[in-house]
Amino acid sequence: MHNFTPVASLLGGVLIGLASVWLLAANGRIAGVSGILHGLIWPMSASPPGDRLWRAFFIGGLVVAGFAWHAFSGAAPSREGFGLGWAAAAGLLVGFGTRVGGGCTSGHGVCGLGRLSLRSLVAVAIFMATGVVTAVVVRHVIGVAS
Amino acid sequence: MIAQLSAFGAGLLFGIGLWLSGMANPRKVLDFLDVAGDWDPSLLLVMGGAVAVTLVLFRPLLRLKKIELRKEIDAPLLAGAAIFGIGWGIGGYCPGPALTALSNLSAEALVFVAAMVVGGLFARIWPSDFSARHAGSLAQR
Repeated sequence: MHNFTPVASLLGGVLIGLASVWLLAANGRIAGVSGILHGLIWPMSASPPGDRLWRAFFIGGLVVAGFAWHAFSGAAPSREGFGLGWAAAAGLLVGFGTRVGGGCTSGHGVCGLGRLSLRSLVAVAIFMATGVVTAVVVRHVIGVAS
Repeated sequence: MIAQLSAFGAGLLFGIGLWLSGMANPRKVLDFLDVAGDWDPSLLLVMGGAVAVTLVLFRPLLRLKKIELRKEIDAPLLAGAAIFGIGWGIGGYCPGPALTALSNLSAEALVFVAAMVVGGLFARIWPSDFSARHAGSLAQR
């Protein structure tokens, strides 16, 4: 447990919660990142053009936050030995799964649990369980340096 | 324009939270999911801190804004969550951290996000009632 960062992680979590409340209070939107991204990308989306705009700005804020963070605390550590094939497979599964399941860690996790949704609680329990099993298998059985 | 600026601010704060908490570092995420390794429980506190805030403020706000969200527990929810978890367990990225990690300008983050977009589009053209039946309401999230 030598990497345990309780204070920073708790504070960071509170900021994530506050950002989600902000988006709901000011924009009337649920901060589910997979859905926000998909609504921006999906070409047949029937929603008005303004609907795409707020999504683009939210995601722009997410990306700018990364650049701002690196400016103050240096570049993020790079990951050696994790092949791009694994990254591509992981991305496909995350993109597909979050759209079929209607949410990810933010939509079902932060927002769904906050509204005491049983639907979201079930989703969180399932993706936590498959996530744990997969991480253990990929690292210890297959031996990937993930 | 106010709405766009507000969305940008929310995304910025959300992203700073991801970096401060350690969630934007996929290796730290996997150190949490990999319970057979040198386990790092930090992510419990990320989720705990975030949900502590939403638990207090979300239900009143949803009532005030008369927003109805989906309740049903069906096959797509179960299958989708399971598949998402597998992808999360491989790479250590979920959608928010992956997007803010684009700022690393690493091939890994770029490839992951591109594949994630393709996977999301594929879910919509999947030839079953999975996606078509829920196409409208899925956009909510």
